Amino acid sequence: MLKIIRERIRQGHRTASYPKEAPVLPERFRGAPRIVPELCREGCGDCIKACPFGAIEGTANGPRLDLGRCIFCGACAAACPHGVLEFSRDHRLAARRREDLLAGADGHRLAGALEGEMRRLFGRSLKLRQVSAGGCNACEADLNVLNTLVFDLARFGIQFVASPRHADGLMVTGPVTENMRFALLETYAALPAPKLVIASGACAIAGGPFRGSPECHDGIGDLLPVDLYIPGCPPHPYTALDGLLRLLGRL
Amino acid sequence: MSPLRAAVPLANGGAVPLANLPLLGRGHFTGALLAEVAEGARVAACFAVPVGSALELYAVLARDAHGDLAILRTEIGGEYPSLALRCPELQLFEREIAEQFGSIPTGHPWFKPVRFHRSWNERDAWGRGLERPQPAVQEFYRVEGEEVHEVAVGPVHAGVIEPGHFRFQCHGEQIMHLEIALGYQHRDVERLLLNGPHPATPHQIETVAGDTSIGHASAWSQVSEALAGSDLPARGAALRLVAMELERLANHVGDIGALAGDIGFLPTAAYCGRLRGDYLNATAVLCGNRFGRGLVRPGGVAADLSDEQAAALRECLVAVARDTHGALELFFDTPSVLARLEGTGHVAVEDAAAVGLVGVAARACGLQRDARKHHPLGAYRTAGIEPAVKWGGDVFARAAVRQREIEDSLVLIDSTLAALPSGPVRAEGGAPRPKALAVALVEGWRGEIVHAALTDAAGRFSRYKIVDPSFRNWTGLALALRGEQISDFPLCNKSFNLSYCGFDL
Repeated sequence: MLKIIRERIRQGHRTASYPKEAPVLPERFRGAPRIVPELCREGCGDCIKACPFGAIEGTANGPRLDLGRCIFCGACAAACPHGVLEFSRDHRLAARRREDLLAGADGHRLAGALEGEMRRLFGRSLKLRQVSAGGCNACEADLNVLNTLVFDLARFGIQFVASPRHADGLMVTGPVTENMRFALLETYAALPAPKLVIASGACAIAGGPFRGSPECHDGIGDLLPVDLYIPGCPPHPYTALDGLLRLLGRL
Repeated sequence: MSPLRAAVPLANGGAVPLANLPLLGRGHFTGALLAEVAEGARVAACFAVPVGSALELYAVLARDAHGDLAILRTEIGGEYPSLALRCPELQLFEREIAEQFGSIPTGHPWFKPVRFHRSWNERDAWGRGLERPQPAVQEFYRVEGEEVHEVAVGPVHAGVIEPGHFRFQCHGEQIMHLEIALGYQHRDVERLLLNGPHPATPHQIETVAGDTSIGHASAWSQVSEALAGSDLPARGAALRLVAMELERLANHVGDIGALAGDIGFLPTAAYCGRLRGDYLNATAVLCGNRFGRGLVRPGGVAADLSDEQAAALRECLVAVARDTHGALELFFDTPSVLARLEGTGHVAVEDAAAVGLVGVAARACGLQRDARKHHPLGAYRTAGIEPAVKWGGDVFARAAVRQREIEDSLVLIDSTLAALPSGPVRAEGGAPRPKALAVALVEGWRGEIVHAALTDAAGRFSRYKIVDPSFRNWTGLALALRGEQISDFPLCNKSFNLSYCGFDL
């Protein structure tokens, strides 16, 4: 007992002061892209060719990056000889609509809060049932991290629950393998209405590294109505937390 | 050539022209394989390769005592006699081959699908129609009796974890048998890699099992280096070792925390949950991603570390190590903790050897198995790894192996960062060798990862075989649960902490 108390004092208080203070992420972290179209040379297309997942499109106003397809590998930024496209350390990425994930010169549109009755119901207390449908366990691991004392998810009134019957929303990871499709839809059906769906990670949004696999569905878009998209491969815990708090109108 | 010496030796991380691998007769192959196994070799991988309308079978044997591998090659048709009863390590490989190519191992004692997908060539080994097989739709082993009951769990579990199905045959609280049906995470990785490497290949490799991104990327890189004949620069090799050991630390520390959580010992659970994140953040210092994505690439690593960054990382790890020691000491010093771990989830050393367990699970049963010692590559050649072997075979032993490895990895990272060799971190390779087989074994945090690639005339992958340690070790979990209380399933499960997607591919 004394040993436990001594160790407890030694380990100290470790819960981050987020959201009061912005998190400091590693120097090499790749977050929200910064696109400067003025530097872009017509007919270059190096960034488009460098992307393994076709996430970049050329527009009249420079490249446009689909944060849903992007796995933040940084190949595009490395390929661009003019410095048009680079990744900042900004962890804020989540969006409410699929088209809001298209990042151009003006960045992309961050998630807004739930409206009306949904916000009244879930704004202060949100219970989530997580389903991994082909996830590689990185998304799952970094969602679990939200339960550690660093993030302490429960202090925001958000909790992962065991039963879909106790849940207000479904948080899906993975590209949805054919072998998990049925279980995913059954779990969704078991949630009482009204309910939310969150696509967490590149796989759940658009298939991630497994986009195009005959055994996968390129994400949940065609299977479930999505209320929040959290980009990343996997999303940084702060990216996920930021998305959840935005959805609840808490940021 | 003597039938017993038919295997072609190959060093780990080496490549051999396919023309140098004799196509043995079936009896010759069987004799040689069983002789090698009798002399202590393990089956590191066994896979089929379609060649025209025929099917060739490759066995990669790991001869730990000699520090090398041995390759055997034969041809199988629509049916061949199973070796699973004589060499139980092969049982899952034979089922996998049957599921992929419809080739039936006759006399197999446990002939069931592995991942529940359609075969790759329209031939179904179980005579199922054209309809897609549904996961876990199979005959489960059943115990009959008035007081016997069956418990079915999954695919969707209670926590934030991957899906799988567990079927328990119980008498009261006691488990008589556990059968595990997986395949829910099957993304078809091996076929996506065909004719590669493609632009998406490194990213798919890193997400075979996302918690082992460094491990799988290292195995793939070593296969690629073997095919391209490139030399790994010393600095690149050292940084790879640092990344591998950080991955081991993050997961081992997380696992100890999870074990503590499962038995309700909250101090260590809380500290380790946080500390695991600190090791992931250290990995992100190297490459920006907590799971090491984009770091390990053929020829070395994609990002260098400046002297200041290396010094800062060392300093940061000193503080994290101090807290880690404190959290572990508390855990292993508390009698009520030990009482829950000792004797729980026991696997006998004979069983562990027979089914071919690897990694932490094998070492906890007293088996000397660590690719970093027996088949070292890169910076491990001079690292002087001594496998952390414990004898109990129970949850305690699996925790104790992790404890030792946490301590060893911390020392290893510190000494490597303190003396980083100078020079480049990555070397360019030549064109990949055509018509060759390359094999790489890597000791990931769970255990031995095996990648084997066959190339076509243009040097592209005509077959890419991945064996995640979880492929071997799920059987170990099923064995560990025999005779246990069903309420101890979570604890035993955490003590293995296996990958679903690594198994399902």
